[in-house]
Amino acid sequence: MEAGAKKQILDILQEDCRRSPEQIALMLGLEAEAVKAAIAEMEDERLILKYPALINPEKLGDDTVTAMIDVKVVPQRDLGFDQVAERIYRYPEVRSVFLMSGGYDLSVVIEGRTMKEVALFVAQKLAVLEHVQSTATHFVLKRYKKDGVIYDEKAEDNRLQVSP
Amino acid sequence: MKPFNDYINPVILELPPSGIRRFFDLVANTKGVISLGVGEPDFVTPWHVRESCFYALERGYTMYTSNFGTPELRKEITRFIQRSYGVDYEPLSEVLVTVGASEAVDLAMRTLLCPGDEVLVPEPSYVSYSPTVTMAGGVAVAVPTYVKDDFQLTVEALEKKVSPRTKMLILCYPNNPTGAIMTRPELEAIARFAEERDLIVLADEIYAELTYEGQHVCFAGLPGMRDRTVLINGLSKSHAMTGWRIGYVCGNKDFVAQMTKIHQYTILCAPIMGQMAALEALRNGDLEKSRMVNQYDQRRRFVVARFNQMGLTCFNPRGAFYAFPSITATGLSSDDFCEQLLAEEKVAVVPGTAFGASGEGFIRVSYASSMANLTAALDRIEAFVQRCKKRQAS
Repeated sequence: MEAGAKKQILDILQEDCRRSPEQIALMLGLEAEAVKAAIAEMEDERLILKYPALINPEKLGDDTVTAMIDVKVVPQRDLGFDQVAERIYRYPEVRSVFLMSGGYDLSVVIEGRTMKEVALFVAQKLAVLEHVQSTATHFVLKRYKKDGVIYDEKAEDNRLQVSP
Repeated sequence: MKPFNDYINPVILELPPSGIRRFFDLVANTKGVISLGVGEPDFVTPWHVRESCFYALERGYTMYTSNFGTPELRKEITRFIQRSYGVDYEPLSEVLVTVGASEAVDLAMRTLLCPGDEVLVPEPSYVSYSPTVTMAGGVAVAVPTYVKDDFQLTVEALEKKVSPRTKMLILCYPNNPTGAIMTRPELEAIARFAEERDLIVLADEIYAELTYEGQHVCFAGLPGMRDRTVLINGLSKSHAMTGWRIGYVCGNKDFVAQMTKIHQYTILCAPIMGQMAALEALRNGDLEKSRMVNQYDQRRRFVVARFNQMGLTCFNPRGAFYAFPSITATGLSSDDFCEQLLAEEKVAVVPGTAFGASGEGFIRVSYASSMANLTAALDRIEAFVQRCKKRQAS
């Protein structure tokens, strides 16, 4: 399958991963078997990693705390930032790790049950890592939009029901 | 006082109300309807366009503009037409910004038609052409097109309806309601016909940007057609801007000057907020436009395939956002199909007959609706079609 068609399949799945291969095939004018094969291939090569649901945690009444931590690192000869990043991303509390340009090096997203729990994790596990120079912890107070979805926006259709 | 109708201009009095209107009332009285009867994008105007309007308001742009529209917008329109379709217009004398493409259609009729002049209107047709012809004192002559010809307008069909009184031909491609487009050779044949018969061509190309297979051919770009064509377009469909009411007409400066007289005495100018938003859409809206077009295209393939799968043969619409499947397999008329579908399955689609007699046997299904809506609606339509077939068999 050509790269353009694969990208189209990915776009559709990223919008709604419950779309069936049959439906995707109709939408793109492809054969269902070809879509199935392409998806399987992309799963095998770990281009598609997972099919999660995007939720609004506030509706869940969940008090989980999320923090974004700016980490400054002394890069290691031959290994750059990768080894330090690995030491960090192996912790299950760590949800994401990005290497950044700009004022700090690694952006680490951590979830915990309380602010204290997160703060202690940073103090006891992150800040003390060899090669970690400094950390700055920012707690998330409110979520407005994630992965292109606005939390508070309801899909409303205000059009006339029939128009020429 | 006499009865009210005695005061009314008989031309208006006898004008039939739109078939869409009757259906609209039916739908409005039914709860829980999924409507695929909507002739406008389901997308909200892209944010950068809305935001530019706030900014314009903040800076106090709340006044009249030139009758023609702001010079910046007219310049941007001519740039858009040049880069999209390769046709050149002079921004200050050959472009008029109107209140939607609808006003442009009306202006063209009123400017060009004398009492009794005939206008060839290919059918199935958008609902406004014939009434605007009638209101301008002209005579609308329907030219049927057929699914067997892929709803293409042929010179043969035109020859049957043309007369010495014919002054104008209307072309609306991509077409509402069929979704048909016309290819260059087909349009060239129409152009030769227009030249031989010395006709003015009103090319309503409002759906031009929503062309999914092949390239849109701008009629004014065909050899010898620029000065014979009144080119109408707008931002409603391409940039999801129906409510802003910004359309435009391009043509020979002598036409435009005359149309502008009616516009200046009746409308004065298109709203400035809409004009400012349109300027932003034309300057910076290509990315959002192509994102929407891509979505329509996916839905189009899905909807057409589903209709064919359920046994309602559907012509392949290559433009606009309508599917126009045949419903003759159910044994129902278009009106009965739509009314029963609405009553039994709460799905609204528009009977083909709302677009002229040649729409009998078809329904117009707008796929300007989310995939979730389309999937649910098509499942309901399929259930209804199965029942119709069973009823027919017993």
